Formats: sequence, C-alpha cells, structure tokens
Amino acid sequence: MPKYVMVIDVERCIGCMACVIACKKENNVADGYFRTRVVEEVRGEFPYLKMELRSELCNHCENAPCIDACPTRASHRAKDGTVQIDKKKCIGCKACILACPYDARYSTPEGVADKCTFCEHRIKEGKKPACVETCLGKSRIFGDLDDPNSEVSQLLKKHDAAVRLEFAGTKPRVFYINKKFAGGL
Amino acid sequence: MSITRRNFLKIAAATGGLAIAGTSTVTSVLGLGKKPVSLPQYIPTTCEMCFWRCGVIAKVVDGKVVKLDGNPLHPNSRGKLCARGHGGIGLLYDPDRLKTPLINTGARGEAKFKKASWDEALGFVADKMQKIKEKYGAESIALLTHGTISTYFMHLLQAFGSPNFAMPSFALCRGARGVAFELTFGEDVGNPERLDIQNSKVVVLIGSHLGENAHNSQCQEFAEAVGKDATVIVVDPRFSTAAGKAKYWLPIKPATDLALLLSWINVIINEGLYDKEYVAKYTSGFNEVAMAVKEYTPEWAEKETDIPSSLIVDTARVIGKNRPHVLIHPGRHTAWYSDNVQRQRAVAILTALLGAYGRPGGIYLSPKKKLEPVFLSDKDYPEPQKPALNKGDYPFAGEEGVTHVIVKATLTEQPYPIKGWFITGTNIMKAMPNQRDTLSAIQKLELLVAVDMMPYDGVMLADVVLPECTYLERHDDLFTVKERAFGISIRQPVVQPMYDSKPGWWIAKELGKRLGLEDYFPWNTFEDFLKMKCETWGIDYSELVKKGYISFPESEAPYITSDNQPKFKTPSGKIELYSKELKEKGFDPVPKYTKHKQPPEGWFRLIYGRAPVHTFSRTTNNPSLWELMKENTAWVNAKVAKKMGLKNEDYIVLINQDGVKSNKVRIKVTERIREDCIYLVHGFSSTSKLLHRAYLRGADDQQLITKYDIDPISGSVGMRVNFVKISKEV
Repeated sequence: MPKYVMVIDVERCIGCMACVIACKKENNVADGYFRTRVVEEVRGEFPYLKMELRSELCNHCENAPCIDACPTRASHRAKDGTVQIDKKKCIGCKACILACPYDARYSTPEGVADKCTFCEHRIKEGKKPACVETCLGKSRIFGDLDDPNSEVSQLLKKHDAAVRLEFAGTKPRVFYINKKFAGGL
Repeated sequence: MSITRRNFLKIAAATGGLAIAGTSTVTSVLGLGKKPVSLPQYIPTTCEMCFWRCGVIAKVVDGKVVKLDGNPLHPNSRGKLCARGHGGIGLLYDPDRLKTPLINTGARGEAKFKKASWDEALGFVADKMQKIKEKYGAESIALLTHGTISTYFMHLLQAFGSPNFAMPSFALCRGARGVAFELTFGEDVGNPERLDIQNSKVVVLIGSHLGENAHNSQCQEFAEAVGKDATVIVVDPRFSTAAGKAKYWLPIKPATDLALLLSWINVIINEGLYDKEYVAKYTSGFNEVAMAVKEYTPEWAEKETDIPSSLIVDTARVIGKNRPHVLIHPGRHTAWYSDNVQRQRAVAILTALLGAYGRPGGIYLSPKKKLEPVFLSDKDYPEPQKPALNKGDYPFAGEEGVTHVIVKATLTEQPYPIKGWFITGTNIMKAMPNQRDTLSAIQKLELLVAVDMMPYDGVMLADVVLPECTYLERHDDLFTVKERAFGISIRQPVVQPMYDSKPGWWIAKELGKRLGLEDYFPWNTFEDFLKMKCETWGIDYSELVKKGYISFPESEAPYITSDNQPKFKTPSGKIELYSKELKEKGFDPVPKYTKHKQPPEGWFRLIYGRAPVHTFSRTTNNPSLWELMKENTAWVNAKVAKKMGLKNEDYIVLINQDGVKSNKVRIKVTERIREDCIYLVHGFSSTSKLLHRAYLRGADDQQLITKYDIDPISGSVGMRVNFVKISKEV
C-alpha cells in the first residue's frame, strides 16, 4: 500500500487560488463549497509584519476520527491508503463532519458528506491531484512517502515538517514546511 | 504526473486534431453490456481570461467543457493555469452572457434593448456609419479596444478610413513603461515581460504586487526565486502578498517612488556598486546621471518617502552587490502620476547601471526570429483625409493610441468632431478615469456600438450591442510568443458558439461587407486565413492544431555573450541613460524628482490593484470566480479604524474630494496598509443590472477617480491622485 502524502511549502504559496478553482472544476464540487482553501494569517504590527499563506484540505489522517465516527462505514480507508467516502453508503448523518477537527468536510446539497479525495481518480491514472498539478508556486507537492526517492520523502527528510493540530493525534498526511509561525494551525 | 510532451501528443493524435469535439463514446466494453462511456477529448487553445495568453488544454465531454488545464508546451502556462484560467468555464456557461444582437430603443444609455437579428443589427450599424462618414468624414468614427478582437476592428476601422483607435493598455496601463524602456534601451520589455526572475538573486517589486496579479509564468518564476532564497525587496504602501515573501518591505509614502529610485541610484554610483565595464561598453550619459542624482541622498529621500535612510542604503547595497542578477520589476499598470515615464526611466537606468539587461536574473534579450508580416488583406488602407488625433499632443504616445484623447476630442469636437464609437473588448466605464467625462462624451455621439461577451457597464450604454462568442468558441489570430524562445500559439474553438453569438472576426467581416469593404476580408473563414499564414511562415498547421503551441528553440539567446551582442535601437545605438530624445522635445533628459500632493488631514489616498481571481472588471460576474471573491473590501489601517470606531467587515462608504460617493463596501481593518491610504481591488460594483452576481457588489475605484493627471511625455494617465474619506452612513 503506498503512503500518499501532500507536502505544502508555505513559503512558496503566492495565494493565487488556482488550486481552489482547479479542484472545484476537476471534482465538480457543488456551488458554494470548496474542498480546499488558502488561509491567510498575519501577525505583527505595522510595519513589522509577517504573513503566512496556508493551504488546507483533508489530511487523510492515519488515525481518522471521521472513519471512527461513521456508522455505516461510508467513510473508510481505501486500498491506496487515502480516506474516502462511499456516497452510496452515506446516510447524511454528519457525524464525520463533526468528528473532523480540521473542518475539512461538508454536506453536499444532496445531503451526503464530501471532501478532498486526493483526486484518487487521477492518482489511479498516474497523475497528480489537480491542485498540485496547477499550483503556480509549486507549493503543493504530492507523492508516496514509502518511496524514499519521491520528492515528498526527500523534502520531509530535509525539513522539520509540521502538521495541523498535532495534539489531536490524528496523524495527518498533509505536512507543512517552511512555516513562519509555529503552531496556530 | 504532469502531462508529458509525449503523452500529450498521444492524446492530441487521438483526437485527430479535430478542433471542435463531437461526442465519442465507447459503446460496448468487451460486450459486457456496460453503460456507454463518453470519452473525453483534449483540445489545445489559448486562454483569454487575461492578457497573458496562456496555452490551455480543454477537456471536453459530450460537447461540454469540463476542465481547463495549462498546456505544458506553452511557456506562458508551463502546464499550469491560474484561478481565472480554470474559471474560463464560468465565462462560457455564465447565463448572463449576451445572447443575441440588441438595439437600444430608448435614449442613449437607457438600455431599452430589443432583440435583433444579425442582419438587422449590422445593417443598422453600417447605415449609421455611412451617414457619419458623409456628414463628418470617416475619421469621426473612433475605436476603443482591448484584447484579440482589436485585430479585426482596427483593420475594419482603417479600411473604412479612420486612424482613430486607442487601447486602454497604453495610457491607462503599461504605456509609460514602454516609452521609458524604448527611450533607454530602444525597445520595451515585452508582453509578457522578458524577466528572468527564476535566476534573480534580488527581486525588487516597486508598486507591483506579483501574486495578486496572477501573471502565470511570472508567478511561477517568482515562487522559484523565493524557493531559491532570492532576496525580495518590496516597495509598496501596502503589505502585499509579495511583501509577505520579502526580506525588506519598504512601506513607502505614496507618490514618492521616484525619490527612492533616484536615491538608490545615488548610493549605487557613490559606492561604486554599478557595473563599470557594462556601463562603459553599452551606455551613454553616465556622467550626466551621476551629476543629476548627487542631490538625491538617502537622507533627502528619507524625508520624502518615509523610509529610513539606513534602510535605503542597506537595500541599495543588497541590490548593488548582487548585480547583475537583479530584477527591478518594470511593472505593468504604470499609470500613477504626472511623471510616469520619468519614474519608469529611473527603473530602466537603475537596471542598466547594474548591468542587468541581457544578463541572468535580470531582463533577458528578445528571441532572434523574424517572420514575414502577414496582413488580413493585401489591399492598402485608404489615406485618411484628416490627421489622426488618437495620439494627442504627446510626442512619445505609442501606436496603441491614447484613450483620453478620444474622450476629450468627442467632448470638445476639437480638432474635429468624433461622432461614432466602437467599444470592443473593453469595459470603458471601469477602465477609464472620470466616468462623468465618458458619459458626457457619449451623449455627443450619433452611434455607439459595443462588441462584447457580457453586458458590462460600458456595453449597457451602447445603441447596438453585438454579442461576441467566448475564446473557447472561436478562432483568433495566431499569437506570436516572445518568451526566452520564440513560438506560435493557436486559438481554436473547443465547442460551438452558444446562443446567437459570433466570433469577433466574423462580426468585423460581415460589417465590412455591408460597408462595401469585402475586398479587405478575402478569406471565407478565419481558419482559411490562419492556414495561409502558417503556410507563409513555414509552419505545419495540423501540427499547430494538435499541439496548440510550436516553439522555435533555435531563436533563444537570452544573455549577452561574446557572440551574442545586444543591439540597442536608440539613436546612439547605446543604452541612453541620458536621453537626447527627451531633451530635444523639452523634457528632462535625466529624471528629476517631482513632488506630488499628499492627502490633507482626515483624507486618504485612494490606491487600487488586483486580486488573483479577477481580471479588471471582466470576471466579477463569472460564477466560478465570483464565488471565491464576491465583492472587494476597503483596506484601512487598524489604528485609523480604531480611532474612527470602525470594526472589520462593517460597511462604509468612500467619498472623494469631488464629493463622489462610492457604493457601500466592507472595511478590511488591517495592519497591512499605511495610515494615509485606502486600498480597493479594482473592478467591482458593476452598475449593469444584467450582471446578476456582480451588480452593486463592493465599491468601484474608478468611480472615485474623478481627478487624473497626464504625463506630458507619453499621455500616460495618473490615476493615484484622488483622496477619499470614510463615511459610516451607508
């Protein structure tokens, strides 16, 4: 089983939002919803300021509370190790949405849970997720952490990576490098 | 995996190079009785969500565009698209699109439109044009235009007998830069600019917020430079996204940028940080510049700019010591004050002193490729009977013409009346300053025709509206791309035009026919013309159709080497630090500092700029992009807001020095702006009720720009001269 992860080089994000729209179009995400976002955090006082642009999405956690919370096993770990939702099994109870500490899930207008899939349909074809493919800054990097030669493995070897809400113990598979602010995720 | 060249060729080959995708399905999968599956088709074309003209690959399923991606072969996109590029689908399927020709039956600007057939609408326009020609002469019809449609309508206008066209891209955007670089280096820096950012050790952004202006390949290179630890210096009264990447953010007092630039030149010359060999070999006028900048010390500049002199010296040293791998971004929207050309000249001079022109990390040289010009027809244009007025009295106005001259001539009827306007591909109400002048000028017209895709504010003023189809539904002229290597990019329809909309070339041709100008449109379809053009240029048309982009790698020679010496097309053949051309026309041959008015107590300077998800005012109604940014906000410094008792996201109204009130706009209380400025993202608050999403959302910066300055050298407009105050009465 591969271990797909996303590394986000915070310093290289220029906030262009190409990822957000590419994701919507690729996955036909319903109006009013997004599967990924770019959060802008500014600290300091004029003129001594620091800013961080942080892409956020489903972390495809190793200890995924959404899977535990799901009463019908609609939320599950797929064969490729990613966390996925079987829409046919979803009864729209929203338990997974509440269980996710990252606000990564939403309920579609049809009433089923939805979120980032790491573009599993593209991974199958050997492509990168749509957001990664179009990232102008190459701030989003995707690959198999079990492959020591992959770019993600190399990057995580070189950098002290952070994950969001580490204390939640979910073991996210989205890693942040070159962060300006420790914590606060 | 990105689409590799090989894979992409395979995909393209599978589509058989068919421009418009039909539905192709696999009807039986091994006879197992599965449902038929529609096979996607991938068709390359060229984007027009902004002016960067990226290569796009459209994914079309069942005749519907489902995804747009960057063409990896195209150097402007490199396999990636910005948010707007991806949002092109939103334009195509926007239900608010113009669907049929419209004729206004009410008073001018009343927008009491009735639907008309193309024949009726074009006949109406042709008839009016002939009447204006008989009464006032053909020159009395003018064209305000932007984008690829300009090609056909400039052709039509000149065939008709008028030389009076103008593009906002000159006076209202990058004209001053073009003039300054032409005066200094003998040519402009290109569009897109020939900036070698990925190799820069220092990137200086002065009034340019790269990232928020999502210029695709340039953003890619900027991130690359940041990733390689280039030192970024950002000069901006606002802490832009780029400033967030900067080692040095210089929150300059607006209108004093020239002081900083001259002071940097002062330090670089005084400390001997310029490239002596390069300056001796390629430039003229060094001594004059050295003399002229003596008075512009960092201590002097500190008082003007609000930037500590120590910081001016530090940054000058960083710039000087990293020469020539320094990129002083020449900017795009350079229409700030009355001395735009001189400010941009200072950028050009500084670039030359650092030896950064033609060097890695600076501005790379144009690719070397000459193609024989191919015209839309071989027939010569008739000689206009009256002199062109579109360049005004500005000795260095560019070939693109000066928009405000057209407005002024229409208003004053001097030197002769202008009685007809075509507006094609530009939203004049949001592009041009002083909307009241524009509206008054329009009242003097006998004909106003708008050709566009959406019912923008400017379109609503027209007597006749002609609906153009979108860039995903039409052929356009070939794009010659001058990146590091030269290349050709094609735009071709990926789906059939929707509704009763038509390509720009078709509209111009059909109108031409009705004006007796059919000889100027000798091709049946635009594809015929493109094929002929390709044949003349020795390009395989079918290959271009399949790949979308053809490169000429042998044309690439970006840097100065012993056998790649630059040619400067200036009178002296050198980089003219001292400009004799300017001197001859009565202007300062070396830039001098001009002081501009600062806002009085209680007033703020209105500054404006771009957001990465919108292009001018053209995308604010796009369903895909609107969703991400529905309205703009007025950025106000946190201390100011606190003093005034304003909370983040409260609605406020801005009132300018002439008493003009904006629409209500949310306040963004932030540390990211100086206390003496208010910032708006440009292009919001549409007044067109037919734009259902954009209508009266946010505030229109252009509405507040009632006052403007003009640069006497080029005719470039200065639009950062308006002061506003905040009203809580919404």
